[in-house]
Amino acid sequence: MRRGLLPLTIFLAWGLLAVLAPVLPLTPGRIDLPHLLEGPGAGAWLGYDELGRPLGDRLLVGASTSFLVALWVVGASLLAGSLIGVFSGLAGAGLDHVLVRVMDIFLAFPGILLAIALAGILGPGIENVVFALTAVGWVGFARLARAQTLVLKEREHVQAALALGARLPRIVLRHLAPLLAAPLIVEATFAAAAIVVAEAGLSFLGLGVQPPEPSWGSMIRDGTRYMLVAPHLVIVPGTALMLVVLAVNLLGDRLRDHLDVRHKVP
Amino acid sequence: MAGVVCAVFLLIHLIPGDPVEVMLGEAASPADREALGRTLGLDQPVLLQLADYLRGLFELDLGHSLHSRRPIAVMLAERLPATLELSAAALLVAMLLAFPLGILAAVRQGTSWDVAAMSFSVLGVSIPNFVMGPVLILLFSVGLGWFPVSGRDAPGSLVLPALTLGTAMAAILSRMMRSALLEVLNEEYIRTARAKGLRERDVVLRHALPNAMLPVATVLGLQLGTLLGGAVITEMVFAWPGIGQLTVESIQRRDYPVVQACVMLISLAYVTVNALTDLLYAWLDPRLRLGDAR
Repeated sequence: MRRGLLPLTIFLAWGLLAVLAPVLPLTPGRIDLPHLLEGPGAGAWLGYDELGRPLGDRLLVGASTSFLVALWVVGASLLAGSLIGVFSGLAGAGLDHVLVRVMDIFLAFPGILLAIALAGILGPGIENVVFALTAVGWVGFARLARAQTLVLKEREHVQAALALGARLPRIVLRHLAPLLAAPLIVEATFAAAAIVVAEAGLSFLGLGVQPPEPSWGSMIRDGTRYMLVAPHLVIVPGTALMLVVLAVNLLGDRLRDHLDVRHKVP
Repeated sequence: MAGVVCAVFLLIHLIPGDPVEVMLGEAASPADREALGRTLGLDQPVLLQLADYLRGLFELDLGHSLHSRRPIAVMLAERLPATLELSAAALLVAMLLAFPLGILAAVRQGTSWDVAAMSFSVLGVSIPNFVMGPVLILLFSVGLGWFPVSGRDAPGSLVLPALTLGTAMAAILSRMMRSALLEVLNEEYIRTARAKGLRERDVVLRHALPNAMLPVATVLGLQLGTLLGGAVITEMVFAWPGIGQLTVESIQRRDYPVVQACVMLISLAYVTVNALTDLLYAWLDPRLRLGDAR
């Protein structure tokens, strides 16, 4: 079996669940009081939570939440970050300097702290989580895109295009974007893993997805209170989270080797 | 630094959400609201508030908590030792784990030692603190009963949070250690040292390691910075009474001045640690030593 196959399978399963969750016959809100905190059994394949809701169904809906948040945040950060980065790289010294200072200020915060503070102040809710994580996430892409642009714009084909009088959008789209894509995609993969953790982290702190909507982070938080009697409440979402993050990280590793973004360590 | 202070202040003040409304509830009379707004200085223009705040900072006066009315500087001072203690312990755990693992993986590159060490690294990166924490509690507190579940009163209570934070850091650090050491081991002076007939242990520990420490020190600095702030989640898991816990509590109480002070303190610590890392870097690498260039 090829090394990338298992992570890819997990990743695809996660994405598929996210798309299918709304149409599957899931009942994450159904309350079954007699089975409170019960472990895996006939009625629910992963057992019941502290309110007697089926853990398996909640896990699947949580999967779709985390996938959608990751998709939105990575998409928005990638778009905003690379646009700002390329622009900064192409712009003259003055504007570039200002933008770099702005990036530096964002980088002066530990990322998760800024997200926690933002989400906390904006108030709980999934849109605010997406906003907070994007506000933190774009900087990484912007820095990468800027650094790459600075190198790429000296390349002969870009200079030739400039000399031929090609307009800026054309240069960016046809001459820079294809070469920028590989490193940005690799960065996006690692960012996705980080965002899944961050979303779950915010939800764990109660700043993210709000009940009764299930999220892996809030499932873990609620589960920790019943750890003595029902450890599966923590273990199930914890394992799911770990598997997804592990899969995405491994995929990123493979992708990086494959696209040869950074030279391999000898 | 000034940039960070201003950014935190503006961030908190420009984002919609009215602390007065939150404190008094929706049924408050307009007169009450105005009075409270005035005592908090919220009726002033934002820039004037910022100037006032900066003046206060110089006198170490961070204002008072909206919730408990206590001076914020005192609240922070109460929590700081716990966070520092945890950071130091986690850093120690991380170094004790990562250095041997990274060195082993580099020296035995390609063997199952290498594979095992790097699997640990990927696994460590992928397990978030709020999963690792409960699992450790389950194993060592509930299962084996070795350490207390949470809090900071019992003597062993530091172990589990430090382990949680430390292993996560060690995962990244050991990977860095490995690649840095591998790079150095390909240098010519290492070949020379080997050709001289030095023992492999001396080659690795005395010739290669000091140079490999440079990138590792950078990562370590960055991590220590994140530790001071990133401990937020771990502190919540273990009910560790540090700055991180104070931050989340204040967010939940909508106690803006305290949130602001916490975020500011953590960010400043982060910036300071990073600046210190740069200095350490110069000290470790004679090539970069300032003022040494004749």
